[in-house]
Amino acid sequence: MNSEHLESNVEHKPTYGIYILVWLVLMTLTGVTVAVAGINFGNLTIATALTIACIKSYLVLTFFMHLKTETATFKIFVAVAVLFLLISISLLFSDYSFL
Amino acid sequence: MSTIAEHTVAHVHRDDEGSRLGMWLFLFTELVLFGGMFLVYAVYRYTYQAEFHVAAKELNTSLGALNTIILLTSSLTIVLSIVALRKKNKKLSVFFQIVTMILAIGFLVNKYVEWNIKIHHGIFPGSEILLGKGNGEVIFFGLYYVMTGLHALHVMIGILLIEVMTGYTIKGRINESNYVRLESAGLYWHLVDLIWIFLFPLFYLIT
Repeated sequence: MNSEHLESNVEHKPTYGIYILVWLVLMTLTGVTVAVAGINFGNLTIATALTIACIKSYLVLTFFMHLKTETATFKIFVAVAVLFLLISISLLFSDYSFL
Repeated sequence: MSTIAEHTVAHVHRDDEGSRLGMWLFLFTELVLFGGMFLVYAVYRYTYQAEFHVAAKELNTSLGALNTIILLTSSLTIVLSIVALRKKNKKLSVFFQIVTMILAIGFLVNKYVEWNIKIHHGIFPGSEILLGKGNGEVIFFGLYYVMTGLHALHVMIGILLIEVMTGYTIKGRINESNYVRLESAGLYWHLVDLIWIFLFPLFYLIT
């Protein structure tokens, strides 16, 4: 009993509502990305699709993967991993942008 | 720190935070695996923009969108199974885990149908019809089969993983005070979902 008490003080009380809300937003964003794909924004088309995908990823990472309630260590680890991926992407494009 | 306080009280040698961190480290290797493929995709999409657009017309957007909905929903059910367990509702937790597996199998059935149609149309790596097309289209379908195939393999592994967790939950080895394994399986499942979030617009929505 005592340990439960401690746990509930430190961690957030689990609730279904927030996850269902996040799921609804994810569904809406999927609808938006499909609807918007039909419109031709030229070079912005890919940017729009990727922006929506990034927002969806952020929601999945923060809520579904519980990064919101994890300690700073986790957030820094994930940030560093994503940063290195972004570095490889930008280095690649610095090579190929002449195409 | 929360874990230290828990350990002192529970007198059990267990490091849940360490376990989760270990899972995250593994997920970073997956990020590099798929990240590398997305880089290859980016280069060839730049090189063969027009051909990628033509090739993508062959893909079925509705099937892709349906699979997106299935995967996002399965991500919700796996996270709800953890909530249910923490609320001491074991039956509901097992139910949510089973729903997750059913959705995952639905995703694979969908993928099977999709690949089957394509193969019947003679579009598969090395087929004469495909080799008769331009380089860009050959590369597009090569990447399509490799990337969605590797993703589907992850879905299969995910199903097995969740199945083991369901067994543990029923037996009580995973319970409301010890659920880190279910959390880690959940993390893996969300990663599978994350990859699909990028695969879907990049392959199905570029027409």
